[in-house]
Amino acid sequence: MLVLSGIAIIVLGFLLRFNPLIVVAASALVTGLAAGLHPLAILAAFGKAFNETRYVTIVWIVLPVIGLLERFGLQERARALVAGFGRATAGRLLIAYLLFRQLTAAIGLTSIAGPAHTVRPLVAPMAEALADRQAGGLDEAARERVKALAAATDNVGLFFGEDIFLAIGSILLMKGLLEQFGIDLQPFQLSVWAIPSAIAALLIHGFRLWRLDRRLAR
Amino acid sequence: MIGLPFVYAVAGVLFAIYAALGVLDRRWGNALLWGLVAISFLFGDRLGDLGNGVLVLGLVLIAGCGLIRRPQPRDDSETPRGNAIFLPVLIVPVVALAGTFAARWWPGWVDPKQATLVCLAIGVLIALAAALLWLRPRPATPFREGLRLMDSVGWAALLPQMLASLGAIFALSGVGTVVGGLIGGIIPNGSLIGATFAYGIGMALFTIVMGNAFAAFPVMMAAVGLPLLIHQHHGDPAIVCAIGMLSGFCGTLLTPMAANFNIVPAVLLELKDRNGVIRAQAPTALPLLLVNILLIWWLAFPR
Repeated sequence: MLVLSGIAIIVLGFLLRFNPLIVVAASALVTGLAAGLHPLAILAAFGKAFNETRYVTIVWIVLPVIGLLERFGLQERARALVAGFGRATAGRLLIAYLLFRQLTAAIGLTSIAGPAHTVRPLVAPMAEALADRQAGGLDEAARERVKALAAATDNVGLFFGEDIFLAIGSILLMKGLLEQFGIDLQPFQLSVWAIPSAIAALLIHGFRLWRLDRRLAR
Repeated sequence: MIGLPFVYAVAGVLFAIYAALGVLDRRWGNALLWGLVAISFLFGDRLGDLGNGVLVLGLVLIAGCGLIRRPQPRDDSETPRGNAIFLPVLIVPVVALAGTFAARWWPGWVDPKQATLVCLAIGVLIALAAALLWLRPRPATPFREGLRLMDSVGWAALLPQMLASLGAIFALSGVGTVVGGLIGGIIPNGSLIGATFAYGIGMALFTIVMGNAFAAFPVMMAAVGLPLLIHQHHGDPAIVCAIGMLSGFCGTLLTPMAANFNIVPAVLLELKDRNGVIRAQAPTALPLLLVNILLIWWLAFPR
């Protein structure tokens, strides 16, 4: 039971808005101590895991390209481009992006889009410009909501598309775990059952995006 | 064969340039932070476990003491270009896509397990070269602009990697087994719908705590999925697993612990509310979780 104190520290630390890096380090220390580990062993285990998960931080290497292009007017251009499409709306744009993200993730192309290389430079400014036109001027709070919804659409599309692909990590994890329990399944049998949830995600999130247009029109 | 070492070398050199620019600007905290990240990427495998642990402590101290400064807003800008400005952005995904297929058709030149990451890095290098040739900025400009974005993200850039490492400590300490036992103990005995809800909500809740459905899945499978849903009620294991994992993904949409999906975009989009993306996702995630649980209950069991 004592090892759960680390989780309590995480929850409290995030709620009280301490610096999350400190919260994470404190949680690791307390959890390890509760499990009877030596502080130096905890430090070494954390260092080992940190070194092995460096690939998580790789996404940032795209920033020089994005930054350079933004200096030459990338975001402004994205806004101007969608303004030329007469019938485009923020909701329709995001529904199209949701579908694009689900379909490409379903064939294994999870890394072709993401917050750093598509949402910030393209999708968010486009949605913002369209919403601005639909509502005839947005206040700061509404602007934030549209941008947040663009990032949310990227996540929903990715999560509820990727498991349809056979060779994605989570499918392989399920197959491996079931094998340990003596149940033998092919990846295809697992991935086909991701389709009902993918359709549900498209309907639920698509409905919210359709309502966004209705709200903006008022 | 090109693998992760190549990608890490690219990232290491980039962060080393950021550190050097930070020193030139006398922004010591930022220079130190990016310098340590550069060391981790370039020499992490030679530092040893304890050495890497000390490096992490350094990162935490710099971030925790508030030594990271926000970047200056950009005061000048270049003449805007036409729609051709989109082409270099598209190079990155196109190269990642083409490279992933090329790795399958002509194997041998790239580590097949890391094909996408390697091709992403190659795509970035090609896009950068193309943009430099076309726009002809000063050589330092892409790194100046990259650093400006990187400084505005600040310590949040390292949060996903820190949380992944925390997951390793949790696993080492047996947190999963304890939580699984707790959830397994509160299920009403013999009720199919009760067990299905406990499984789905447990997946989501445990994912919210761990920030990762992959960590929650083995625990919930061992505690509820296998003994109750599959063995006792004869549920189809493929459906129980596949939709159970997706119930966990609903939890991922709701937690600041999944920092790379929920906090990093909020920082990148310069939202005032760090939890703004989670707030935008909750009205999708909660009904979707309910639908997933009902799908398991409806599809997985013989009637």
